[in-house]
Amino acid sequence: MTEAPVLVHAQPTAAAIRPLLKVEKLSVEFGPKASPIRVVNGVSFEVDAGGSVGIVGESGSGKSITSLAVMGLIPSPPGRIVEGRVEFEGTNLLELQKSRLPDIRGRDIAMIFQEPMSSLNPVMTIGDQIGEAIKLHEKMSREQRRERIVELLKLVGIPNPEGRLGAYPHQFSGGMRQRVMIAMAVACNPKLLIADEPTTALDVTIQAQVLELMHKVRRTLNTSILLISHDLGVIADVCERVVVMYAGRVVEEADVKSIFRTPSHPYTRGLLQSIPRLNDERTRLYQIPGSVPLAGTVKKGCPFVARCPDRIGRCAEEMPPMFAVSKSQRAACWVTAGAAAAASLGINEGATA
Amino acid sequence: MTRYMLLRLADAIPTIWLVLTLVFIAMRILPGDPAIAALGDAALPEQLADFRAKMGLDVPLWQQYFNFLYGTLSLDFGKSYMNGTPVLSLIARNLPYTIELTIAAMIIGVVVGIPLGVMAAVNRDKLPDTGVRIFSLVGYAIPDFYLGALFLIVFALNLGWFPINGAGDGFLDRVHHIILPAVTLALVKAAFIGRLTRTSLLEVLGRDYIRTARAKGAREPRVIYRHGLRNALLPLTTGLGLSLLATLSGSVAIELVFNRPGIGRMLIQSMTERDYGVIQGGVVVLALLVVLINLLMDLVYIVVDPRIRVK
Amino acid sequence: MSTVIQPSSLSPDVDNTIAPEPGFRAALMHMIFGRKSTVFALAVMLIFIVVAVLAPWISPYDPLAQSFLSINKPPSAAHWLGTDQFGRDVLSRMIHGSRNSLLFGLISPALAAIFGTALGVTAGYFGGAVDRVISRLIDLLLAFPELLLAIMIAAVLGGAFWNIIAVITVAFIPGFARVARASTLAVKQEPYVEAAVAVGLRTPTIIIRHIIPNIAAPIVVLMTLWVASAIRLEASLSFLGIGTRAPNPSWGNIIRDGLNNLFGSPWPIIAAGFAITCVVLSFNLFGDAVRDVLDPETAE
Repeated sequence: MTEAPVLVHAQPTAAAIRPLLKVEKLSVEFGPKASPIRVVNGVSFEVDAGGSVGIVGESGSGKSITSLAVMGLIPSPPGRIVEGRVEFEGTNLLELQKSRLPDIRGRDIAMIFQEPMSSLNPVMTIGDQIGEAIKLHEKMSREQRRERIVELLKLVGIPNPEGRLGAYPHQFSGGMRQRVMIAMAVACNPKLLIADEPTTALDVTIQAQVLELMHKVRRTLNTSILLISHDLGVIADVCERVVVMYAGRVVEEADVKSIFRTPSHPYTRGLLQSIPRLNDERTRLYQIPGSVPLAGTVKKGCPFVARCPDRIGRCAEEMPPMFAVSKSQRAACWVTAGAAAAASLGINEGATA
Repeated sequence: MTRYMLLRLADAIPTIWLVLTLVFIAMRILPGDPAIAALGDAALPEQLADFRAKMGLDVPLWQQYFNFLYGTLSLDFGKSYMNGTPVLSLIARNLPYTIELTIAAMIIGVVVGIPLGVMAAVNRDKLPDTGVRIFSLVGYAIPDFYLGALFLIVFALNLGWFPINGAGDGFLDRVHHIILPAVTLALVKAAFIGRLTRTSLLEVLGRDYIRTARAKGAREPRVIYRHGLRNALLPLTTGLGLSLLATLSGSVAIELVFNRPGIGRMLIQSMTERDYGVIQGGVVVLALLVVLINLLMDLVYIVVDPRIRVK
Repeated sequence: MSTVIQPSSLSPDVDNTIAPEPGFRAALMHMIFGRKSTVFALAVMLIFIVVAVLAPWISPYDPLAQSFLSINKPPSAAHWLGTDQFGRDVLSRMIHGSRNSLLFGLISPALAAIFGTALGVTAGYFGGAVDRVISRLIDLLLAFPELLLAIMIAAVLGGAFWNIIAVITVAFIPGFARVARASTLAVKQEPYVEAAVAVGLRTPTIIIRHIIPNIAAPIVVLMTLWVASAIRLEASLSFLGIGTRAPNPSWGNIIRDGLNNLFGSPWPIIAAGFAITCVVLSFNLFGDAVRDVLDPETAE
């Protein structure tokens, strides 16, 4: 063990100063080329080395597709990335040769999914499935690999790991399967772990355990995390920064504190109001009126306009850019963020309108 | 797993009993006296009585029934009504040829069919997929005996590459003789297996664990064969079993086309001769083979699917 | 349900008869002319049916007339497909042979559909011991490939016309019975059937008015798909010498005769086999198209 440490603590290097992952103006379309449906529209965000970012949004906001796009796993056909950059450690993954992507997946960027029940191969033992993740990227002897698998299972809290190597997924509960998925994902000590709704399919108590495990993974392996969830609570638990997506666009981006204390975009405000609180006197939960527009139906203007309590005439005409609300907060809203940004910059709003 | 296998084995017993009973009933509801059928209208009463005694037809029906059951279980399939040859020895002579042909055809069919199906699934809606679709459409439609006859005309008769009939002696000669009939059966099978592989693989390739495999960094060939095909094997097992059964029944006509010895030709010959002793034996053997293949299929399924194997 | 609710209780502008949905006609047209392969299939089927029906009037010679002066002739202006070892005109034999294919191809699936549905509905509707016995039998028969089952039954029964019909029918019954049973089990749970039971309709009425119409789609699909199988099966049996007997022509026994005359002329084999392949292919394509319209869930 001393000569071959299996779980290496990632050392901060010079590269760690730059953002680890930088997504720029990413757009993804689905359907026929003649009448494409744009599901992700000009999405930009960054994940710093060692950082943790959450993407929050309702189903249909394009958050999952964004995460799949980073992995190069958009099912094609019918989907395709039409523009943008996905820079990982300075390399644009979208321009990378297709045959080189598998080298990065699993080794540098790993991913876990929403459905632990169906995301594991039913005819392979979990030992083999974790072992495959290692074998694909690292050369080591069968014994070393076995040792590593056991250690990984221990890390994610599977009891009696030696005894469970030969078990099949159907012999595990949902929570245990998600643990196996995490063990598999971190098998090669990835720099970035993308978790797409990792707790949505699980019971509340199991959810908490899995989130605790993600903290542990981050602490022990110094892995950056990109967490996708519809649940701001889950994101607040794990992440430092939050990206709010709505109908394929980023509408607000900020550190977790700012999101909760001074949400800027009306949609973010609505989201926050709809979180149940224990000390809340209200009997009914707040609900944002209306529903997410169907993908690709918003042709111009802000996609949230129909449901927005603060809308002005301009909103229906022109998509607002991301205004800097503060040093660590940006939002795409003419009314709230636009005004604030204008005020802080001392620009007369009438001049820009 | 062992328990499941034993259960499945136990379940085969009533099936076999039912099959044998149905065969017996069918054979005995035949109009006409088998003795007259065998010896002709001109036979003397003593001859008929003698024949009945020899063939065990002179005892009451229920006794015949138990004799039949007992005989079959002790591998005594009766005698030919024509010449008194034990049916067992006829079967022993013919069965190896049928099994040899069926297995050879299945192997070629699988070796050709599965890659075709994979190719079609991976290139969905592109040229290879269309090609496989057309191949399978024609393969579904073309009768195997016609394909065999065409091969016979082209490759044996006109080109002279292969013998016209028989099964050959010695290993190489037998291989030489089996190629055309086996390829005939195999092509028709490959069409079926290819289509089935395509469908099941496409279904499997849409599953979440395939995405997981890709996310791990597995390359496409590994994703398709190790994860995709391995899982597609579950529905394929059923299909391959059906295919094996179809090959067995197809071998009857093919044995006739290529004039090969085999259970099928034995059965057909006995039918033209109205030799009910051999007919009964042939039908029983074919039925038992079917039950056996189905049983085998289930056992293979247990091995392929850990969800049944490991509880 | 229509026996319970009087039409007058519904507002007059609501048409409560189950008219085909507006899209049905369009779907039908699309099904027929949407794919080139279906158009091809329909054309072949049409030619096949017309030839079979008009056989005695359009066949150039008597299919049984032997002529020792013209034995094993290759195709010529007089004999488009040549002659066989008895000097019989192959084209005329083919034309007459098409009648067998059509007859068996249509009668057997229809009969099998009737008996199979009856069996399946009985098992599915009544359940219990009846179901267990029927299901066991169906499972047993389903274990056998149709051809093998047909050969085995024909081996025992012998091959007269009605025997062959019976053989092919029996070979197909289990398939229909299984589908009918499964569909009946599903339909039985529907509220309208439970309501019919509740208002005291008699069992035969419920089965005929509520069960059968609602399980018809998959049965019809299966029937069209099996026309092709029946044609193939008849050809196979005739080829084996247990279907249509010589000297009467059928596509299967034309190939059988051809094999005995390999050195004489390959034309009968080539022509008859080609006809079988084309007709079976067409009925298959047609069956697929029908399935796509009536039973889209099971389509690939």
